[in-house]
Amino acid sequence: MSLFADVVRWFLDPAHYQGSTGVPTRVVEHLLMSGAALAAAALIALPVAVVLGHYRKGGAVAINVSNIGRAIPSFAILVLAVQLVGIGVRPAFLALLALGIPPILTNTYIGLAEVSPELREAARGLGMTGRQVLWRVELPLAAPLIMAGIRTSAVQVVATATLAAEVAWGGLGRFIIDGFSQQDNVQIFAGALLVAAVATLTERGLGMVQTAVTPAGMRSSKKGAGLQGSLGSRSGVKAA
Amino acid sequence: MTPVSALSAVIEEPWVRWSWVTQHTTAIWDATVEHVILTVLAVGIGLLIAAPLALLAWRSPRWREPILGFTGTLYVIPSLALFALLIPFLGLTILTAEVGLVSYTLLILVRNIVVGLDSVPPDVREAARGMGFSRTEQLLGVELPLALPAIMAGVRIATVTTIGLVTVTALIGEGGLGRLILQGLIDDFRTKLVVGAVLSVGLAILADVSLALLQRAVTPWARNRAA
Repeated sequence: MSLFADVVRWFLDPAHYQGSTGVPTRVVEHLLMSGAALAAAALIALPVAVVLGHYRKGGAVAINVSNIGRAIPSFAILVLAVQLVGIGVRPAFLALLALGIPPILTNTYIGLAEVSPELREAARGLGMTGRQVLWRVELPLAAPLIMAGIRTSAVQVVATATLAAEVAWGGLGRFIIDGFSQQDNVQIFAGALLVAAVATLTERGLGMVQTAVTPAGMRSSKKGAGLQGSLGSRSGVKAA
Repeated sequence: MTPVSALSAVIEEPWVRWSWVTQHTTAIWDATVEHVILTVLAVGIGLLIAAPLALLAWRSPRWREPILGFTGTLYVIPSLALFALLIPFLGLTILTAEVGLVSYTLLILVRNIVVGLDSVPPDVREAARGMGFSRTEQLLGVELPLALPAIMAGVRIATVTTIGLVTVTALIGEGGLGRLILQGLIDDFRTKLVVGAVLSVGLAILADVSLALLQRAVTPWARNRAA
């Protein structure tokens, strides 16, 4: 089919790899923006959730924040952010930050709060202080779920960063949005492939990190892996 | 415009101009109805596709990995990219929107149906067989009803998620309430944006609560257990 030939030609054209609108620049923009927003979201959500989860307080809030997050369209958050801070890079960052927080908050809270009381008591019985219980028992056991939350956030942030092209920011969404206005199906398709690749690699990459942070004794047998594997997160958000 | 006057313009523009709302009730209603139709179609078709896929994944371990892997891969592709991949073939049509929306319901629905069916206790299954149930009777009379809470939970998540994603289809010429949000951005008119966003969130909450009530109604035996 000629579309595919044209798309291959698009990817082979050196002109698409140069300057501030080239593929490398857009990929870097996309990853930097997503990474920064995700890091900021984790900096806000992790301490709050760790404290709440350790003391098992505020569970309703920590869990419902994801349900509410799911009900608010990310596109609406993006456009709302424009009303608050104007178009460009700032609303993109603000919206991505807001979207990144709920999955990390909910998963981290559940991960810590669901550590079995017997284990905590056993740790206490061994003479551990509250802080030691947190660092040596609760956090290692919660690590896979925390990482699943970060992974869900990352996938969502990368996806919404694509939409941010609509509010005059760069990133890989530019190829799609510009392709729409130029009615250039080849550019639309090429841009979509790039976005899909970045999102998939992000999800797979963080999936490997999730496996790596899982304590050896907790790694599930291959049997149930299919159900846990992709997006084994308790918050299950898909909003962009 | 000086910075000061720009700022005062921002301050003076209210979040909602009620006069606009009252003058455009028909347009708002139409957008809401379109939003509901796009959502119901997506979740309905999603269920029709997910049910056989889930049964296959549940019955045959060989198919479980590929089916969950494939629906999981679809799920991770950002919606704008998935719509964009479909446009060269299906154009800017409702078909592009629906194929994309349906794709995203599949992982949620398949996973929940499989989890629900997996959770049926083996002794219950054995009792059904002992009572002379055929494989089909066992599925329809015992296993599916017991899996219903998990399946309904999947339908709820899929519905709420789809209501949010429908707004993105405004960028490809559909959108329901998302079109109001997009117009709010393009016209720099807050009222449209706020009306679109608030009604979309309202729809999501309404759908979630209605489906929760439906779930209670169709699973009377599960009422005493924690939801």
